[in-house]
Amino acid sequence: MSDIHALSGAYAVDALDDLERASFERHLAGCATCRSEVDGLRETSSLLGGACSTTAPDGLRERVLAEIALSRPLPPPGGVTTLQRRDRHRRGPRRAVAALAAAAAAVIAIGGGTVLVTQLGDDPVRTVQLSATDRVLQAPDAEEFTTPTRDGLGTVTVVRSSSLNQAVLITKGLAEAPAGKTRELWLKHDNTYIPAGFLGGGTDHTMLLDGDPGSAQGFGLTIEPASGSTQPSDQLVALLNFTSA
Amino acid sequence: MNDPHPVAGASSRRGEASGALDLAELLRRSGRGDREAFAVLYDAVSARVLGLAVRVVRDPAQAEEVAQEAFMEIWKTSARFDADRGSPLGWMLTIAHRKSVDRVRSAEASTRRDGSYHQQNQPVAHDSTAEAAHASLEAHRVRTALKSLTSIQREALELAYFGGYTHTEVASMLDLPVGTAKTRIRDGLIRLRDMMGVGS
Repeated sequence: MSDIHALSGAYAVDALDDLERASFERHLAGCATCRSEVDGLRETSSLLGGACSTTAPDGLRERVLAEIALSRPLPPPGGVTTLQRRDRHRRGPRRAVAALAAAAAAVIAIGGGTVLVTQLGDDPVRTVQLSATDRVLQAPDAEEFTTPTRDGLGTVTVVRSSSLNQAVLITKGLAEAPAGKTRELWLKHDNTYIPAGFLGGGTDHTMLLDGDPGSAQGFGLTIEPASGSTQPSDQLVALLNFTSA
Repeated sequence: MNDPHPVAGASSRRGEASGALDLAELLRRSGRGDREAFAVLYDAVSARVLGLAVRVVRDPAQAEEVAQEAFMEIWKTSARFDADRGSPLGWMLTIAHRKSVDRVRSAEASTRRDGSYHQQNQPVAHDSTAEAAHASLEAHRVRTALKSLTSIQREALELAYFGGYTHTEVASMLDLPVGTAKTRIRDGLIRLRDMMGVGS
Protein backbone atom coordinates (compact mmCIF):
# COMPACT_ATOMS: atom_id res chain seq x y z
CA MET A 1 0.00 0.00 0.00
CA SER A 2 1.48 3.30 -1.00
CA ASP A 3 1.68 5.99 1.60
CA ILE A 4 -1.20 8.06 0.29
CA HIS A 5 -3.75 5.27 0.80
CA ALA A 6 -2.91 5.32 4.49
CA LEU A 7 -4.40 8.82 4.71
CA SER A 8 -7.95 7.52 4.17
CA GLY A 9 -8.73 7.33 7.89
CA ALA A 10 -7.31 10.75 8.69
CA TYR A 11 -9.20 12.13 5.71
CA ALA A 12 -12.45 10.58 6.89
CA VAL A 13 -12.16 12.36 10.26
CA ASP A 14 -10.94 15.66 8.76
CA ALA A 15 -7.48 15.23 10.27
CA LEU A 16 -5.46 16.30 7.23
CA ASP A 17 -4.02 19.75 6.75
CA ASP A 18 -5.12 21.70 3.68
CA LEU A 19 -2.27 20.56 1.51
CA GLU A 20 -2.57 16.89 2.40
CA ARG A 21 -6.30 17.07 1.87
CA ALA A 22 -5.86 18.53 -1.58
CA SER A 23 -3.31 15.85 -2.48
CA PHE A 24 -5.51 13.10 -1.12
CA GLU A 25 -8.57 14.36 -2.99
CA ARG A 26 -6.57 14.32 -6.21
CA HIS A 27 -5.65 10.75 -5.37
CA LEU A 28 -9.29 9.89 -4.56
CA ALA A 29 -10.38 10.97 -8.00
CA GLY A 30 -8.41 8.07 -9.45
CA CYS A 31 -8.54 5.44 -6.69
CA ALA A 32 -11.81 3.53 -6.37
CA THR A 33 -10.46 1.50 -3.45
CA CYS A 34 -9.85 4.61 -1.39
CA ARG A 35 -13.18 6.18 -2.32
CA SER A 36 -15.02 3.13 -1.15
CA GLU A 37 -12.95 2.94 2.02
CA VAL A 38 -13.46 6.64 2.77
CA ASP A 39 -17.23 6.24 2.44
CA GLY A 40 -17.27 3.46 4.99
CA LEU A 41 -14.92 5.21 7.38
CA ARG A 42 -16.88 8.46 7.19
CA GLU A 43 -20.06 6.60 7.95
CA THR A 44 -18.29 5.03 10.89
CA SER A 45 -16.89 8.28 12.23
CA SER A 46 -20.31 9.89 12.00
CA LEU A 47 -21.51 7.27 14.47
CA LEU A 48 -19.11 8.82 16.97
CA GLY A 49 -20.59 12.21 16.21
CA GLY A 50 -24.12 10.89 16.31
CA ALA A 51 -23.65 9.93 19.93
CA CYS A 52 -23.50 13.63 20.84
CA SER A 53 -26.78 15.40 21.20
CA THR A 54 -27.66 18.92 22.34
CA THR A 55 -31.14 20.37 22.16
CA ALA A 56 -31.00 23.27 19.76
CA PRO A 57 -32.48 26.58 20.90
CA ASP A 58 -35.52 27.88 19.01
CA GLY A 59 -33.51 30.86 17.80
CA LEU A 60 -31.26 28.60 15.77
CA ARG A 61 -34.21 27.02 14.00
CA GLU A 62 -35.56 30.44 13.11
CA ARG A 63 -32.20 31.63 11.82
CA VAL A 64 -31.63 28.51 9.75
CA LEU A 65 -35.08 28.56 8.19
CA ALA A 66 -34.82 32.29 7.50
CA GLU A 67 -31.44 31.83 5.87
CA ILE A 68 -32.40 28.97 3.59
CA ALA A 69 -35.35 31.00 2.34
CA LEU A 70 -32.82 33.34 0.76
CA SER A 71 -31.11 30.83 -1.49
CA ARG A 72 -31.97 27.84 -3.59
CA PRO A 73 -30.32 24.43 -3.45
CA LEU A 74 -27.66 23.67 -6.04
CA PRO A 75 -28.71 21.33 -8.84
CA PRO A 76 -27.58 17.73 -8.56
CA PRO A 77 -24.32 16.88 -10.30
CA GLY A 78 -25.54 16.57 -13.87
CA GLY A 79 -23.54 13.60 -15.09
CA VAL A 80 -24.48 11.10 -12.45
CA THR A 81 -27.88 10.02 -13.71
CA THR A 82 -26.61 9.46 -17.21
CA LEU A 83 -23.65 7.51 -15.97
CA GLN A 84 -25.86 5.35 -13.80
CA ARG A 85 -28.07 4.48 -16.70
CA ARG A 86 -25.22 3.77 -19.05
CA ASP A 87 -23.28 1.68 -16.58
CA ARG A 88 -26.10 -0.28 -15.06
CA HIS A 89 -25.38 -3.48 -16.96
CA ARG A 90 -21.74 -3.53 -15.96
CA ARG A 91 -20.34 -5.21 -12.94
CA GLY A 92 -20.21 -2.93 -9.94
CA PRO A 93 -21.54 0.15 -11.71
CA ARG A 94 -23.12 1.61 -8.60
CA ARG A 95 -19.79 1.65 -6.97
CA ALA A 96 -18.21 3.38 -9.93
CA VAL A 97 -20.92 6.02 -9.89
CA ALA A 98 -20.75 6.35 -6.16
CA ALA A 99 -17.04 6.76 -6.55
CA LEU A 100 -17.42 9.54 -9.06
CA ALA A 101 -19.95 11.23 -6.86
CA ALA A 102 -17.56 10.73 -3.98
CA ALA A 103 -14.91 12.64 -5.83
CA ALA A 104 -17.36 15.44 -6.42
CA ALA A 105 -18.96 15.42 -3.01
CA ALA A 106 -15.62 15.16 -1.29
CA VAL A 107 -14.90 18.72 -2.24
CA ILE A 108 -18.36 20.11 -1.59
CA ALA A 109 -17.68 20.34 2.09
CA ILE A 110 -14.79 22.70 1.48
CA GLY A 111 -16.28 25.93 2.68
CA GLY A 112 -15.13 29.32 3.73
CA GLY A 113 -13.84 32.18 1.69
CA THR A 114 -15.23 33.02 -1.67
CA VAL A 115 -17.66 30.44 -2.87
CA LEU A 116 -18.11 30.03 -6.55
CA VAL A 117 -19.67 27.42 -8.70
CA THR A 118 -17.11 26.06 -11.04
CA GLN A 119 -17.14 23.76 -13.98
CA LEU A 120 -13.87 21.91 -14.02
CA GLY A 121 -13.07 20.53 -17.42
CA ASP A 122 -15.78 18.62 -19.20
CA ASP A 123 -16.76 16.43 -16.32
CA PRO A 124 -20.19 17.51 -15.12
CA VAL A 125 -19.82 15.48 -11.93
CA ARG A 126 -17.13 17.89 -10.85
CA THR A 127 -19.40 20.92 -10.77
CA VAL A 128 -18.82 21.89 -7.20
CA GLN A 129 -18.50 24.80 -4.85
CA LEU A 130 -14.91 25.83 -4.48
CA SER A 131 -13.01 28.81 -3.28
CA ALA A 132 -10.45 30.23 -5.68
CA THR A 133 -7.57 28.56 -3.88
CA ASP A 134 -9.40 25.25 -3.50
CA ARG A 135 -10.08 25.35 -7.20
CA VAL A 136 -6.37 25.34 -7.90
CA LEU A 137 -5.62 22.74 -5.23
CA GLN A 138 -8.32 20.51 -6.73
CA ALA A 139 -7.41 21.02 -10.36
CA PRO A 140 -6.77 17.76 -12.20
CA ASP A 141 -3.48 19.12 -13.53
CA ALA A 142 -2.32 20.60 -10.21
CA GLU A 143 1.42 20.26 -9.70
CA GLU A 144 3.01 20.65 -6.31
CA PHE A 145 6.47 22.06 -5.65
CA THR A 146 7.88 22.42 -2.20
CA THR A 147 11.10 23.51 -0.54
CA PRO A 148 12.38 24.38 2.92
CA THR A 149 13.17 28.06 3.40
CA ARG A 150 16.82 29.07 3.34
CA ASP A 151 16.88 29.43 7.12
CA GLY A 152 15.58 25.88 7.43
CA LEU A 153 12.74 26.97 9.73
CA GLY A 154 9.80 26.97 7.35
CA THR A 155 8.48 25.47 4.17
CA VAL A 156 7.21 27.05 1.00
CA THR A 157 4.90 25.15 -1.32
CA VAL A 158 3.45 26.23 -4.63
CA VAL A 159 0.58 24.31 -6.17
CA ARG A 160 0.08 25.31 -9.75
CA SER A 161 -2.59 24.55 -12.32
CA SER A 162 -1.45 25.40 -15.82
CA SER A 163 -4.94 24.98 -17.23
CA LEU A 164 -6.30 27.58 -14.79
CA ASN A 165 -3.13 29.67 -15.08
CA GLN A 166 -3.21 30.05 -11.33
CA ALA A 167 -1.02 29.01 -8.45
CA VAL A 168 -1.49 28.85 -4.72
CA LEU A 169 1.34 29.67 -2.36
CA ILE A 170 1.29 27.88 0.97
CA THR A 171 3.81 28.89 3.62
CA LYS A 172 4.44 27.34 7.00
CA GLY A 173 6.69 28.71 9.71
CA LEU A 174 7.99 31.53 7.59
CA ALA A 175 10.17 34.13 9.37
CA GLU A 176 8.72 37.66 9.50
CA ALA A 177 10.33 40.38 7.42
CA PRO A 178 12.74 42.63 9.37
CA ALA A 179 11.41 46.05 10.41
CA GLY A 180 10.91 48.34 7.43
CA LYS A 181 11.04 45.42 4.99
CA THR A 182 8.47 43.29 3.27
CA ARG A 183 8.36 39.81 1.78
CA GLU A 184 7.83 39.91 -1.95
CA LEU A 185 6.82 37.08 -4.26
CA TRP A 186 8.16 36.47 -7.75
CA LEU A 187 7.43 34.30 -10.74
CA LYS A 188 10.27 33.42 -13.06
CA HIS A 189 9.66 33.86 -16.78
CA ASP A 190 12.60 33.40 -19.17
CA ASN A 191 15.15 34.08 -16.44
CA THR A 192 13.41 37.29 -15.39
CA TYR A 193 11.60 37.55 -12.09
CA ILE A 194 8.19 39.24 -12.34
CA PRO A 195 6.49 40.52 -9.13
CA ALA A 196 3.71 38.17 -8.04
CA GLY A 197 2.49 39.83 -4.86
CA PHE A 198 3.46 40.39 -1.25
CA LEU A 199 3.04 38.43 1.94
CA GLY A 200 1.38 40.14 4.88
CA GLY A 201 2.52 39.49 8.43
CA GLY A 202 2.40 36.00 9.88
CA THR A 203 4.14 32.71 9.36
CA ASP A 204 1.47 30.65 7.63
CA HIS A 205 -0.26 31.78 4.48
CA THR A 206 -2.39 30.25 1.77
CA MET A 207 -2.86 32.65 -1.12
CA LEU A 208 -3.11 32.97 -4.87
CA LEU A 209 -0.12 34.33 -6.75
CA ASP A 210 -0.54 37.25 -9.13
CA GLY A 211 0.58 37.04 -12.74
CA ASP A 212 0.81 34.07 -15.10
CA PRO A 213 1.89 31.09 -13.06
CA GLY A 214 0.83 28.72 -15.83
CA SER A 215 3.80 29.61 -17.99
CA ALA A 216 6.26 30.44 -15.21
CA GLN A 217 9.40 28.37 -14.74
CA GLY A 218 9.92 29.10 -11.10
CA PHE A 219 8.98 30.97 -7.96
CA GLY A 220 10.97 33.14 -5.58
CA LEU A 221 10.38 34.78 -2.20
CA THR A 222 12.68 37.60 -1.15
CA ILE A 223 13.03 40.33 1.47
CA GLU A 224 12.55 43.77 -0.09
CA PRO A 225 12.18 47.36 1.10
CA ALA A 226 8.70 48.03 2.46
CA SER A 227 7.64 49.77 -0.75
CA GLY A 228 8.45 46.67 -2.76
CA SER A 229 10.86 46.22 -5.66
CA THR A 230 10.62 45.62 -9.37
CA GLN A 231 13.59 43.27 -9.28
CA PRO A 232 14.40 40.79 -6.52
CA SER A 233 17.17 41.58 -4.05
CA ASP A 234 19.73 38.96 -3.06
CA GLN A 235 17.95 38.42 0.27
CA LEU A 236 16.46 35.15 -0.75
CA VAL A 237 14.01 33.33 1.49
CA ALA A 238 13.06 30.50 -0.86
CA LEU A 239 13.43 29.53 -4.48
CA LEU A 240 11.51 26.90 -6.42
CA ASN A 241 11.97 25.58 -9.92
CA PHE A 242 8.83 24.36 -11.63
CA THR A 243 10.39 21.27 -13.11
CA SER A 244 7.85 18.61 -13.83
CA ALA A 245 7.86 15.75 -11.43
CA MET B 1 -33.38 10.65 15.61
CA ASN B 2 -36.76 9.08 16.14
CA ASP B 3 -38.20 12.47 16.74
CA PRO B 4 -41.93 11.89 16.61
CA HIS B 5 -42.57 14.48 13.90
CA PRO B 6 -44.58 12.84 11.19
CA VAL B 7 -43.80 13.77 7.63
CA ALA B 8 -46.94 15.80 7.69
CA GLY B 9 -48.60 18.51 5.73
CA ALA B 10 -49.52 19.05 2.14
CA SER B 11 -46.06 18.16 0.90
CA SER B 12 -46.18 14.70 2.44
CA ARG B 13 -46.06 11.97 -0.16
CA ARG B 14 -46.23 8.75 1.71
CA GLY B 15 -46.08 7.58 5.29
CA GLU B 16 -42.99 5.96 6.72
CA ALA B 17 -43.08 2.27 7.36
CA SER B 18 -41.84 2.42 10.92
CA GLY B 19 -42.87 5.91 11.86
CA ALA B 20 -39.20 6.91 11.62
CA LEU B 21 -38.52 9.76 9.27
CA ASP B 22 -37.21 9.00 5.85
CA LEU B 23 -34.30 11.41 5.96
CA ALA B 24 -33.23 10.55 2.43
CA GLU B 25 -36.66 11.49 1.12
CA LEU B 26 -36.58 14.73 3.10
CA LEU B 27 -33.18 15.53 1.62
CA ARG B 28 -34.44 14.75 -1.85
CA ARG B 29 -37.39 17.09 -1.39
CA SER B 30 -35.16 19.76 0.13
CA GLY B 31 -33.00 19.48 -2.97
CA ARG B 32 -36.00 20.54 -4.99
CA GLY B 33 -36.45 23.60 -2.82
CA ASP B 34 -39.08 22.23 -0.43
CA ARG B 35 -38.54 24.33 2.71
CA GLU B 36 -41.20 22.47 4.67
CA ALA B 37 -39.33 19.23 4.14
CA PHE B 38 -36.15 20.95 5.22
CA ALA B 39 -37.82 22.19 8.41
CA VAL B 40 -38.85 18.62 9.25
CA LEU B 41 -35.33 17.49 8.48
CA TYR B 42 -33.96 20.20 10.73
CA ASP B 43 -36.17 19.10 13.61
CA ALA B 44 -35.06 15.53 13.13
CA VAL B 45 -31.31 16.14 13.15
CA SER B 46 -30.65 19.53 14.79
CA ALA B 47 -29.78 18.00 18.17
CA ARG B 48 -27.19 15.74 16.53
CA VAL B 49 -25.72 18.46 14.38
CA LEU B 50 -25.51 20.96 17.23
CA GLY B 51 -24.34 18.26 19.64
CA LEU B 52 -21.42 17.43 17.38
CA ALA B 53 -20.59 21.10 16.85
CA VAL B 54 -20.62 21.74 20.62
CA ARG B 55 -18.44 18.71 21.18
CA VAL B 56 -15.80 19.87 18.71
CA VAL B 57 -16.05 23.66 18.95
CA ARG B 58 -16.96 23.75 22.67
CA ASP B 59 -18.05 27.35 22.79
CA PRO B 60 -21.87 27.13 22.60
CA ALA B 61 -22.35 30.39 20.72
CA GLN B 62 -19.74 29.45 18.14
CA ALA B 63 -21.16 25.96 17.90
CA GLU B 64 -24.53 27.45 17.00
CA GLU B 65 -22.91 29.48 14.24
CA VAL B 66 -21.21 26.36 12.96
CA ALA B 67 -24.47 24.42 13.06
CA GLN B 68 -26.15 27.19 11.11
CA GLU B 69 -23.38 27.08 8.49
CA ALA B 70 -23.72 23.32 8.33
CA PHE B 71 -27.48 23.49 7.77
CA MET B 72 -26.96 26.09 5.08
CA GLU B 73 -24.57 23.75 3.32
CA ILE B 74 -26.93 20.80 3.78
CA TRP B 75 -29.68 22.85 2.16
CA LYS B 76 -27.48 24.02 -0.70
CA THR B 77 -26.09 20.57 -1.47
CA SER B 78 -29.11 18.45 -0.54
CA ALA B 79 -29.63 17.38 -4.14
CA ARG B 80 -26.14 15.89 -4.09
CA PHE B 81 -26.70 13.45 -1.29
CA ASP B 82 -26.03 9.99 -2.68
CA ALA B 83 -27.60 7.11 -0.79
CA ASP B 84 -25.14 4.70 -2.41
CA ARG B 85 -22.34 6.26 -0.44
CA GLY B 86 -23.77 6.34 3.05
CA SER B 87 -26.66 7.26 5.30
CA PRO B 88 -28.36 10.66 5.23
CA LEU B 89 -27.44 11.29 8.87
CA GLY B 90 -23.83 10.30 8.22
CA TRP B 91 -23.68 12.68 5.28
CA MET B 92 -25.10 15.56 7.32
CA LEU B 93 -22.79 14.89 10.26
CA THR B 94 -19.83 14.76 7.88
CA ILE B 95 -20.71 18.27 6.76
CA ALA B 96 -21.18 19.43 10.36
CA HIS B 97 -17.90 17.87 11.41
CA ARG B 98 -15.95 19.51 8.63
CA LYS B 99 -17.44 22.91 9.49
CA SER B 100 -16.62 22.37 13.17
CA VAL B 101 -13.02 21.42 12.47
CA ASP B 102 -12.61 24.40 10.15
CA ARG B 103 -13.87 26.60 12.97
CA VAL B 104 -11.56 25.30 15.68
CA ARG B 105 -8.57 25.47 13.36
CA SER B 106 -9.24 29.03 12.27
CA ALA B 107 -10.01 30.08 15.85
CA GLU B 108 -6.79 28.41 16.92
CA ALA B 109 -4.80 30.17 14.22
CA SER B 110 -6.02 33.56 15.41
CA THR B 111 -5.48 32.62 19.06
CA ARG B 112 -1.96 31.54 18.20
CA ARG B 113 -1.35 34.92 16.65
CA ASP B 114 -2.50 36.50 19.90
CA GLY B 115 0.16 34.54 21.71
CA SER B 116 -2.27 32.84 24.05
CA TYR B 117 -2.42 29.61 22.12
CA HIS B 118 -0.89 27.48 24.84
CA GLN B 119 -3.15 28.68 27.62
CA GLN B 120 -6.20 28.15 25.46
CA ASN B 121 -4.99 24.79 24.42
CA GLN B 122 -4.04 23.31 27.75
CA PRO B 123 -7.08 21.23 28.55
CA VAL B 124 -6.39 18.86 25.72
CA ALA B 125 -9.36 16.99 24.35
CA HIS B 126 -8.89 13.97 26.52
CA ASP B 127 -12.43 13.86 27.79
CA SER B 128 -13.66 10.49 26.79
CA THR B 129 -16.26 9.70 24.22
CA ALA B 130 -18.29 7.95 26.87
CA GLU B 131 -18.77 11.24 28.69
CA ALA B 132 -20.76 12.76 25.87
CA ALA B 133 -22.45 9.61 24.78
CA HIS B 134 -26.09 9.27 25.60
CA ALA B 135 -27.80 6.26 27.01
CA SER B 136 -29.18 5.38 23.64
CA LEU B 137 -28.63 1.99 22.19
CA GLU B 138 -26.48 3.39 19.42
CA ALA B 139 -24.31 5.31 21.84
CA HIS B 140 -23.97 2.16 23.87
CA ARG B 141 -22.88 0.23 20.80
CA VAL B 142 -20.37 2.94 19.97
CA ARG B 143 -18.96 2.81 23.49
CA THR B 144 -18.70 -0.94 23.40
CA ALA B 145 -17.02 -0.87 20.03
CA LEU B 146 -14.60 1.81 21.17
CA LYS B 147 -13.52 -0.44 24.02
CA SER B 148 -12.28 -2.96 21.52
CA LEU B 149 -9.74 -0.49 20.14
CA THR B 150 -6.24 -0.27 21.52
CA SER B 151 -5.85 2.75 23.78
CA ILE B 152 -3.59 4.44 21.23
CA GLN B 153 -6.10 3.87 18.43
CA ARG B 154 -8.89 5.23 20.59
CA GLU B 155 -6.97 8.27 21.77
CA ALA B 156 -5.73 9.07 18.29
CA LEU B 157 -9.23 8.78 16.88
CA GLU B 158 -10.79 10.91 19.62
CA LEU B 159 -8.16 13.64 19.37
CA ALA B 160 -8.66 13.76 15.62
CA TYR B 161 -12.44 13.52 15.51
CA PHE B 162 -13.47 15.41 18.63
CA GLY B 163 -10.37 17.54 19.10
CA GLY B 164 -10.13 18.56 15.44
CA TYR B 165 -6.37 17.95 15.46
CA THR B 166 -4.48 16.94 12.36
CA HIS B 167 -2.85 13.50 12.38
CA THR B 168 0.53 15.22 12.61
CA GLU B 169 -0.59 17.08 15.74
CA VAL B 170 -2.05 13.88 17.14
CA ALA B 171 1.30 12.16 16.62
CA SER B 172 3.14 14.76 18.63
CA MET B 173 0.48 14.87 21.36
CA LEU B 174 0.66 11.11 21.82
CA ASP B 175 4.44 10.92 21.33
CA LEU B 176 4.00 8.70 18.32
CA PRO B 177 6.65 8.52 15.62
CA VAL B 178 5.89 10.92 12.77
CA GLY B 179 3.51 9.37 10.29
CA THR B 180 2.09 6.68 12.55
CA ALA B 181 -0.93 8.55 13.95
CA LYS B 182 -2.65 8.36 10.58
CA THR B 183 -2.23 4.59 10.64
CA ARG B 184 -3.63 4.38 14.19
CA ILE B 185 -6.62 6.50 13.18
CA ARG B 186 -7.25 4.36 10.14
CA ASP B 187 -6.81 1.07 12.00
CA GLY B 188 -9.12 2.30 14.76
CA LEU B 189 -11.79 3.36 12.30
CA ILE B 190 -11.59 0.10 10.39
CA ARG B 191 -11.96 -1.81 13.63
CA LEU B 192 -14.93 0.34 14.62
CA ARG B 193 -16.46 -0.05 11.18
CA ASP B 194 -16.25 -3.81 11.41
CA MET B 195 -17.53 -3.87 14.99
CA MET B 196 -20.46 -1.62 14.14
CA GLY B 197 -21.24 -3.50 10.96
CA VAL B 198 -21.06 -0.42 8.76
CA GLY B 199 -21.33 -1.43 5.14
CA SER B 200 -19.25 0.45 2.66
